[in-house]
Amino acid sequence: MSNSPPVPHLVVSGLTKTYGLGDAAFQALKGIDLTIHRGEFVAIMGASGSGKSTLMNILGCLDTPTSGTYEYEGIAVEDLKPEERSLLRRYALGFVFQGFNLLARNSAQENVELPLLYRGISRKSRHEMALAALTSVGLPTKLTSTPSELSGGQQQRVAIARAIVTEPSTLFADEPTGNLDSVTTREVMEILTRLNVDRGITILMVTHDDDVAATARRTLVIKDGLIESDTQHAS
Amino acid sequence: MIWNALTIAIQEIGRNLTRSFLTVLGIFIGVAAIITMVTLGQGATLAVKAQISSLGSNLLTLRPGAGFGSRSSSAGVPYFTEKDADTLGEQISNIDAIAPVRTEAMSTIYQHNARSSIVTGTTPIYFQINKWNIAEGRLFTNADLRSGGAVCIIGNTVRKELFDMADPVGERIRIGRASCEVIGLLATKGQAGMGDQDDTIIVPLSTLQRRMTGKTSTHDINQISISAHEGSDSIALIAEITAIMRARRNLQSNQDNNFNVFDTRQIAETLGSTTQLMTMLLAAVAGVSLLVGGIGIMNIMLVSVTERTREIGIRLAIGATAREVLLQFLVEAVTLSCVGGIAGILLALGLCAGLSQLISVPFNFNSQINLIAFLFSAAVGVIFGYTPARGAARLNPIDALRHE
Repeated sequence: MSNSPPVPHLVVSGLTKTYGLGDAAFQALKGIDLTIHRGEFVAIMGASGSGKSTLMNILGCLDTPTSGTYEYEGIAVEDLKPEERSLLRRYALGFVFQGFNLLARNSAQENVELPLLYRGISRKSRHEMALAALTSVGLPTKLTSTPSELSGGQQQRVAIARAIVTEPSTLFADEPTGNLDSVTTREVMEILTRLNVDRGITILMVTHDDDVAATARRTLVIKDGLIESDTQHAS
Repeated sequence: MIWNALTIAIQEIGRNLTRSFLTVLGIFIGVAAIITMVTLGQGATLAVKAQISSLGSNLLTLRPGAGFGSRSSSAGVPYFTEKDADTLGEQISNIDAIAPVRTEAMSTIYQHNARSSIVTGTTPIYFQINKWNIAEGRLFTNADLRSGGAVCIIGNTVRKELFDMADPVGERIRIGRASCEVIGLLATKGQAGMGDQDDTIIVPLSTLQRRMTGKTSTHDINQISISAHEGSDSIALIAEITAIMRARRNLQSNQDNNFNVFDTRQIAETLGSTTQLMTMLLAAVAGVSLLVGGIGIMNIMLVSVTERTREIGIRLAIGATAREVLLQFLVEAVTLSCVGGIAGILLALGLCAGLSQLISVPFNFNSQINLIAFLFSAAVGVIFGYTPARGAARLNPIDALRHE
């Protein structure tokens, strides 16, 4: 028992994804094999249409593959029902999107509390945890602001706070700095690095910015639905 | 989980006040309109029926002239005689009671008050035939009829006009050129559609003939009131009356009737079905407004589908299950529909209470229409609030998030 090798964080093999049918079919992923261990910080790069976002959405259980297997912490994700995938996202995964995807009419605090609400956490604890998360991204004073009252960088930090408030094992970030200027990009990357180093959260990040990718310790380059290169770099 | 859905739903209603308000408004107006229309319509039907039955439901009235819708005028047509009434009463077994009536417009004076009133001269049985009750004093008797006593009975409108607040019984009023003692006050019958029945003065026929108009001719009866036997066939009865009267008035077979029989029961049925038709018409109009309200709700819901689909995508992405999201939308739709429905019912009750006073029809609460209107609006709200959400919650989260 004790000699068995540790289960990798996530393992995919032969992963494909096809959109459409017949002649109009488009194969976004053509067979991806990939293993990621706990605590890694992986940047996924590639040109537009290379399939990098598709790969990440499948890894984040937001989308389902056409074929291939995907094990998250030893769980065969392709066998899970939609409800079970929801619960996996609820308890293990966090997401940061390029477009932020905050609820427009809710305050920063309510947005951050949302995942806690689905976890059934009491009102008082929700407030405390949301405040702590917003403080850790440097926004303790913007609790009552709605997204429209916040800058892009601030919105992205609210989104990060929402993703980390549940203390997920894995954080998926789809071009988290895509809509941000260089100063806020640096701030967001510092937050992500800190989460990875200090809290040991595994981070998968899609980007096409080389400087942003350099923050990560491993870079995958996707081209035409296949992994073109996989480099570890010390940082 | 239900508590969560409730919390989130209430939060979302508050966050989207305009959308919530418009949804509620559609239901609110539809429900209020249909309940008000149907309730008032039914009240009006009841009022008409009550009015008709106060006339006497088996009352036939014989009048000179060819009657409604005739081209020949009734001018110059001879009146009836008292003997006509006696003959009809003797020869037709289905007549319970019959009274000859002479009406005449005359000036009436009490102290400084004067007005013109319709004075009816008739026999005591007339009160029974026309369902008049006495409120105060007494009716006149056959003895009064025989003696041609100077007595009269007045309706409530006459009392108000001539006596104001004073007690009329025992006072003397001048009718035409005669002075009469008021011996009774009639119980009020009201109006609504049939003219003011309380604007009347009733005296013994002989009193009218001898003291007021003077006996001008034996043909001085301009109306005969007939109470038909309960349950008798009014069409056969009218045929009998017509045959006897044609003979008595010496009409040849090529001559049209120069009299007509007015059947209250028939009129009652016609008016009853007319008001019922009106009620249905009003209900149909109100139903359209309920439908328009429903379409309004549908519009608002469909317009917000894009926004809401993204919301559903976000909720799914951060770990909500499809069931939780749907429950939230269901609670939202039910809450809004119920608020709109209840507000609509309350408004309708207020409107009905106020309007029924204003147009003087009875306020008849109909729980059925309240229930139907409420259930319909709730169904519309729930179906249109819930169905788009169901589609969105079935999507992969990423497809819901990318929804344009």
